[in-house]
Amino acid sequence: MTQNFINIDLPSGNNFTALKKTGLAMLSVGMLFFFISFTSVTEVSPLLFFILSIILPSAGALIFFFAQLKSSLPGVKKNGIQFMSATNRGLLGWTIAVFLTGMYILIYWFPELLENLIRIFDPLSIALTGNPSNQWFLYGTLYTIAVLVMGVRMLIHNRHNKYQIIRTLSVMFVQLTLAYLIPMFIQNGFFFSYFWPLKQEYLFPSSYEYLSASGGVGMFMFFWAAVMSFIATPVLTYFYGKRWYCSWVCGCGALAETLGDPYRHNSDKSLTSWKIERWMVHSVLVIIIIITALLWIDNTNDNFILGEFVHSANKWYGFFISAMFAGVIGVGFYPLMGSRVWCRFGCPMAAILGIFQKYFSRFRITVNGGQCISCGNCSTFCEMGIDVKSYAQRGQNIIRASCVGCGICSEVCPRGVLRLENGPLENRFELNKEYLR
Amino acid sequence: MSENILIIGNGITGITAARHIRKMSSNNILVISSESEYFFSRTALMYVYMGHEKFENIKPYEDGFWKKSNIKLVFDHVTHINTVQKQVNLSSGNVLNYDKLIIASGSRPNRFGWKGQDLHGVQGLYSLQDLKLLESNSRNIKKAVIVGGGLIGIELAEMLLSRNIEVTMLVRESGYWNNILPEEESQMISRYIMQHHIDLRLSTEAEEFIGDENGRVKSVITITGDHIECQFIGLTAGVSPNIDLVKNSGINYNRGILVNEYLETNIIDVYAAGDCAEFQNAILFRKNIEQVWYTGRLQAEALAQTICGNRTAYSPGVWFNSAKFLDIEYQVYGLVNKNIPGEKNLYFENDEGNKSIRIVYTDESVIGFNLMGIRYRQEVCEKWIREKYSIETVLENLGEANFDPEFFRQYEYYLIKKFNSLNPGKNILLRKKRKLVNSLFNNSAQS
Repeated sequence: MTQNFINIDLPSGNNFTALKKTGLAMLSVGMLFFFISFTSVTEVSPLLFFILSIILPSAGALIFFFAQLKSSLPGVKKNGIQFMSATNRGLLGWTIAVFLTGMYILIYWFPELLENLIRIFDPLSIALTGNPSNQWFLYGTLYTIAVLVMGVRMLIHNRHNKYQIIRTLSVMFVQLTLAYLIPMFIQNGFFFSYFWPLKQEYLFPSSYEYLSASGGVGMFMFFWAAVMSFIATPVLTYFYGKRWYCSWVCGCGALAETLGDPYRHNSDKSLTSWKIERWMVHSVLVIIIIITALLWIDNTNDNFILGEFVHSANKWYGFFISAMFAGVIGVGFYPLMGSRVWCRFGCPMAAILGIFQKYFSRFRITVNGGQCISCGNCSTFCEMGIDVKSYAQRGQNIIRASCVGCGICSEVCPRGVLRLENGPLENRFELNKEYLR
Repeated sequence: MSENILIIGNGITGITAARHIRKMSSNNILVISSESEYFFSRTALMYVYMGHEKFENIKPYEDGFWKKSNIKLVFDHVTHINTVQKQVNLSSGNVLNYDKLIIASGSRPNRFGWKGQDLHGVQGLYSLQDLKLLESNSRNIKKAVIVGGGLIGIELAEMLLSRNIEVTMLVRESGYWNNILPEEESQMISRYIMQHHIDLRLSTEAEEFIGDENGRVKSVITITGDHIECQFIGLTAGVSPNIDLVKNSGINYNRGILVNEYLETNIIDVYAAGDCAEFQNAILFRKNIEQVWYTGRLQAEALAQTICGNRTAYSPGVWFNSAKFLDIEYQVYGLVNKNIPGEKNLYFENDEGNKSIRIVYTDESVIGFNLMGIRYRQEVCEKWIREKYSIETVLENLGEANFDPEFFRQYEYYLIKKFNSLNPGKNILLRKKRKLVNSLFNNSAQS
């Protein structure tokens, strides 16, 4: 395709406005400075380079989205998404995937190569925490900026849909406060928005000892973690489905729903991938439950014969699952496998929430009578790879363990067939015979 | 004993018939199509052109489904039907025998004999082949003219806009689709079309298409004498049954293949359904040729019963349809804009003029709902119409019908306020607004 397909909403070819060009120019120059910041030239003024390579491109992107707002009417914005190289696994998509994957590898295992880049975050880090920046401060800041900037894009693209507006504001707010600012201020790296088993170590004996040693605040944090994992999770999932967490609170979800939104259609919808997903995600859950249990047994029993094994298993889990899977693949593969690779195939928290959602929750997606035209938009834009239309065209409620309740299927449905609902548990699976096809 | 069921056409009608016959029997089922190897959603072709979906995404079933369901698909074209020997001839030279034949050959775009209608760059939009042609016809063009309003017309306009092509629409009626939509809704969509920078010209028609030296269309002249330059003409002035294949077969046809209420033709064991079928006696308030996705499916469901030994008349129940005009969704249930004697209309439109609720009712009961930009539950609206609920009862319970996503603004209150002000002495209160709290703790069927 030779034409420019970025957000074509008005005809006559002049919608590539000066404002859009300005935004793109700032973004491009800012990206250039981002790469320059890998060199020691940043020593001249870390603050200046922070402004040039972080603030400038963010502002450029925001100006570009604002220009889109100005030049389009509210409504579904998916024109050309299957044609654009950046979003259809084309040259640009692969480039972005390699770049993201590479950044994760550098941050996790080769931070010394990022030394100059890390230094430009010093002014912000000192302002927030009193300490110089490190790779995790760099990571957390870039992550939060991505959620906020791309969150604005999500808000603009979905401005006709109040569910999306409120939900997007929620993930942006939670990421900025619970997962960024508050952990910075209290300085022990505790996130109030992540729980066991996604943050497996929060309920490890080591955490208990560390937090209880730090007095009342520490005890509160451990108490918070335990309550969220064992009481809030089942109760809230009973009422709202897993969406209360996965697409409203969770930081992984926040990035998927903002930075990952342009890639949601790249998730595989086949029955085969569904099968792989069920095996993988539940295996991870079983493994982390066993590791956690064995760590506690080891903790209370000096002569535990599996002691050494379980500590090494925990290390390998941390490397393969938490770092490689959740981080590197989970985000790096957005442009290739959609925005929820980790949530779908790996997250043990999603597995638990999914089991509750499937068997003990009031949540479902209801189908409006016999109005489905099998157009496939719902399935195409399901980030979790659920073949939504296979249910909708039969007039059957969608109750799937993996559904994160993002509500996009309902939004893109051109016939108003789908609605996210909380209703009575009885007869949830029962088919409406009158409309069953 | 299992029979050979031959189905011509793999659209929604043919495929629904095949699937339902498979559910009820072990007959040999064979579906012939020269349009596509696999069933796809015709209504979704637009999303492929606009780049929302890939063609793979608009196939309702994975390719392996057909083998698993033991439904045989043949990619070939029927050239002749021999109803005496119960055979069909195919383009490939093959001859297939049948015990029962279902014709579901669909429609094709109307061409009213305009001068120049065969020029390059002039086309309709119905089939997969039409979409491929559109892809090449619309490449690197600047300006298109669409002849005809209606659903395909506005969809084609939306498609062309997505490729930065300027669009002029020539519509015979005085308001967009106002033979179907009531006046206010037609005005709303007309306004909305113009907001999208589509040059909507009402009460006009195409007179002639002019070509250039290469036989490619370069302009259109309207009946009012306007001369509009363009590089593409979309013909969307309705569709007609695709019935070439029954000519010289002894099967009776008029505009479509003539059938009774059991979808039986004049020839035993030959049936027709969907867009290509014409009822000898139309159902009250319905057309004798129904060209809608939903009616094709409902006809096929009735026909599948008949084929499997349970002779069932097509009795579709309360009318419903839905569509999307650019970004405004449309749903209709029951009788709207039919000028039923004694009908009254209660209409509410929001201040922005892009959402509306209309309830049509008589002194006895409600008879129709028309929604723009607001989703209502089919199940609830149908029940109210079928069981003849009074307007007062419906208004009190209107919250139950709302199907919009959570947090959306609800307008039922305003509609009722309007009803009360128009009917002095009435003081109807909205009994159950759809609220999150209700949906959490309420155990009735609707939440």
